[in-house]
Amino acid sequence: MPEPCDLPAHELGRMLRAGELTAAELAESALGRADAVEEHLFAFLTRTPGLAREQAALVDERLSAGEELPAGAGIPLAVKDVLTTKGIRTTAGSKILEPYVPPYDSTAWARLSAAGAVLMGKTNCDEFAMGSSNENSAYGPVHNPWDLGTVPGGSSGGSAAAVAAGEAVWGLGTDTGGSVRQPAALCGVVGLKPTYGRVSRYGLIAFASSLDHVGTFTRDVRDAATLLGAIAGHDPKDATSLPDPPADYTEDLDAGVRGLRVGVVADWLAMEGIQPAVRDAVGAAVERLAGLGAFVEEAALPHAEYALSAYYLIAPAECSSNLARYDGVRYGYRAPDGVDVMDMNMRTRGAGFGDEVKRRIMLGTYSLSAGYYDAYYGQAQKVRTLVIRDYEEAFARFDVLVSPTSPTTAFRLGEKTADPLAMYLCDVFTIPSDLSGTPAISIPCGLGEDGLPIGFQIMGRLTDERTVLRAAYALEQDLGFSSRPALIGALSG
Amino acid sequence: MPVEIDVDHVARLARLALTDEERERFRRQLGLILEHAEKVREVAAEDVLPTSHPVPRSNVFRPDEVEPSLSHDEAMAGAPEVEDGRFRVPPIIEEEG
Repeated sequence: MPEPCDLPAHELGRMLRAGELTAAELAESALGRADAVEEHLFAFLTRTPGLAREQAALVDERLSAGEELPAGAGIPLAVKDVLTTKGIRTTAGSKILEPYVPPYDSTAWARLSAAGAVLMGKTNCDEFAMGSSNENSAYGPVHNPWDLGTVPGGSSGGSAAAVAAGEAVWGLGTDTGGSVRQPAALCGVVGLKPTYGRVSRYGLIAFASSLDHVGTFTRDVRDAATLLGAIAGHDPKDATSLPDPPADYTEDLDAGVRGLRVGVVADWLAMEGIQPAVRDAVGAAVERLAGLGAFVEEAALPHAEYALSAYYLIAPAECSSNLARYDGVRYGYRAPDGVDVMDMNMRTRGAGFGDEVKRRIMLGTYSLSAGYYDAYYGQAQKVRTLVIRDYEEAFARFDVLVSPTSPTTAFRLGEKTADPLAMYLCDVFTIPSDLSGTPAISIPCGLGEDGLPIGFQIMGRLTDERTVLRAAYALEQDLGFSSRPALIGALSG
Repeated sequence: MPVEIDVDHVARLARLALTDEERERFRRQLGLILEHAEKVREVAAEDVLPTSHPVPRSNVFRPDEVEPSLSHDEAMAGAPEVEDGRFRVPPIIEEEG
């Protein structure tokens, strides 16, 4: 018998409105789960049980008064600690922001808060969202609820683990190179990265502004469509936010895939380093799409092999510029004993940033510095153009493209920390959609020989989240993936 | 070939105080990462225009209306050191002996 905190939001929403469950009971269910598992997982950097109980009580009051409330009302939510929450500490997983209590709300959180969301806390992540395993968090890594010796993926590993383990029903993350989809894949949940600009970046602590996307973690595809609808829409506070009016992304979700043109990125499945179990599970899922009436053929993204190189020039370049603001003057950590301002800046940043963040700031500073700009950053921007053209050509033939989300299932903690390049390769299938800004989703499609979940990625045209969600929903219904993390099975018997 | 970079120069540009161990490790790791990144030069032809933004937009304006913003106290609340309502920092210009 699953507990309320293990159910999808659409089911919980129905129960709340039918009087079968109160928001207070639901909040206690998720809070109790977090009490039981947090010592193993460390998914949260800051927990907010007091606020959660207040918000749940308010929702119950309004529901019993007969008010019509939005879909997010009463649903326990996890928010990655790179999204600002007014009055609630926001660290971005970094020591340099350890004392930071933001004076303003990010738009994504503000919209959910206004809809009656029940905040469970701020989730652990790689420092400034830079990483693929969560091991770059300055506060210690998150553990994967499927196997505590493995990583949850990154950088939004805390939100992924929290949703997988029932510490929240759904969550927010950010995806710059795959940081929503890859941890969703490794934790067996659904991760959606919408079109660039679909969700406002206001209050998202910047890493690489032209690549940063706010995305969602949910139990299933219907919830992904619902949560996207709750946070999407134009925001005058983000000049890059799309001008489109709000939309209902659950509309036509069950329209099926008959006649849908599905392109399988063949080169990626043939890539060296991909686990055979991943290849098999993804192949089997493609067969199912064909069985459901989709038209399936091989697709090519010839410049994708250069995408990783371009990404590791563009993202660090933007990061080195964005992170220049952490100077120890206006907020956050300041190192003591600086003899002058320059010395104080250097000591503050040297002590406040972790290894990976320093590495990327150095890399970005170098590639933007006099004499190297054209050779590195300028060339990488051209490759970005070629990657976008590849997608445009592929989407002239296909409605969606499919691939594995990650070449492997969750790897062991510590396995890749000594080799930055090996870690970067985790994002080889997710980075191209960040460069092109096109929407993509990861849904669980099976388990590997190690018993760990495998993610299936569906990529769509710019602004066409609907087709991505429709294909994901059809596949999800057909696959009937219902495995749960061992940790949760052990708890609830 | 790993790329040789002047770590001290880059660290100073980036305002990062590094330990000797970090200096050596970053020199080696950045050299390898840049060697890998040089792959971008293989395909980026003369006639390809650079992309700085995935969804190009230009001249995004909003009405020039005065709205409430942070109060002085709220804006200063997170500062490491404050004096008379201003940010206090170590000396910027050396005092003449």
